[in-house]
Amino acid sequence: MALTLGHYLALSAALFTIGVFGIFVNRKNIIVILMAIELILLSVNINLVAFSVFNGDLQGQVFAMMVLTVAAAEAAVGLAILVVYFRNRGEIGVEDVNELRG
Amino acid sequence: MQLIAFYILSAIVVLSALFVISARNPVHSVLWLICAFFTSAGLLVLIGAEFLAMLLVVVYVGAVAVLFLFVVMMLDIDFAELKQGFTDYLVLGGIIAAALLAEIIIVASAVVSGGTFNPSPGAQTNADALSKVLYTDYLLLFQLAGVVLLIAMMGAIVLTLRSRPNVKRQNIARQTGRKRKDAVELKDVRPGQGI
Repeated sequence: MALTLGHYLALSAALFTIGVFGIFVNRKNIIVILMAIELILLSVNINLVAFSVFNGDLQGQVFAMMVLTVAAAEAAVGLAILVVYFRNRGEIGVEDVNELRG
Repeated sequence: MQLIAFYILSAIVVLSALFVISARNPVHSVLWLICAFFTSAGLLVLIGAEFLAMLLVVVYVGAVAVLFLFVVMMLDIDFAELKQGFTDYLVLGGIIAAALLAEIIIVASAVVSGGTFNPSPGAQTNADALSKVLYTDYLLLFQLAGVVLLIAMMGAIVLTLRSRPNVKRQNIARQTGRKRKDAVELKDVRPGQGI
């Protein structure tokens, strides 16, 4: 039995589910939530690359690069917001973030 | 052989992803995240997408994971307190995760077909093929990705930059705008007297 697209789709589905599960169980820890989002984006990337390879079309890999770019940008801005929030409040509880409303 | 490698690598990926979301210490979470990214790079190499695999290692392990490590270590937080509520949401989260997985599997099993195994159509290597597409058909998209990164960088700098009092900073406009008459004052000192 050879390696098929289905293998990669199953792996990516598992990874995506773990990421969503991680967001649910770590409701208070925003750092782990950000990491769970990175996991979700990784699963999306694996999916795109797998489809691209098994269909013989390079577009998927180009889009995977774009996802990578946006993921890096998102991590940078998210962590910057986290640092500013910590500087203002001295803790990073997610449940109090709505106090930032103007 | 390929299949064995796939199963080993994907088991490592799934396990380290589970450790990412369940580790008690966020530093350990970040390290497990690095492990997950490394092994998924291996998985991409397995199907011939070498360039994306290297990109994953460079961007995620080299930049994003280090960023996470810096932030986790910089913020002085009681992480045990943040861990509370983990078990409260375990059941609900588990149910939702199971439903989600079932949905994805149902949809994916309907879609999956044979497909040919072709990592780099019409070129020698994967990086070669990718560059031929990226710099021609997707040039604008590529440039736009650069703009996204630039804006993210500017955003992060603007957010975290702060000016504290009592800290000396270089003011380049003032420095270059300085004239000779502002800086030097000539005093005619008489002999035998102080200034």
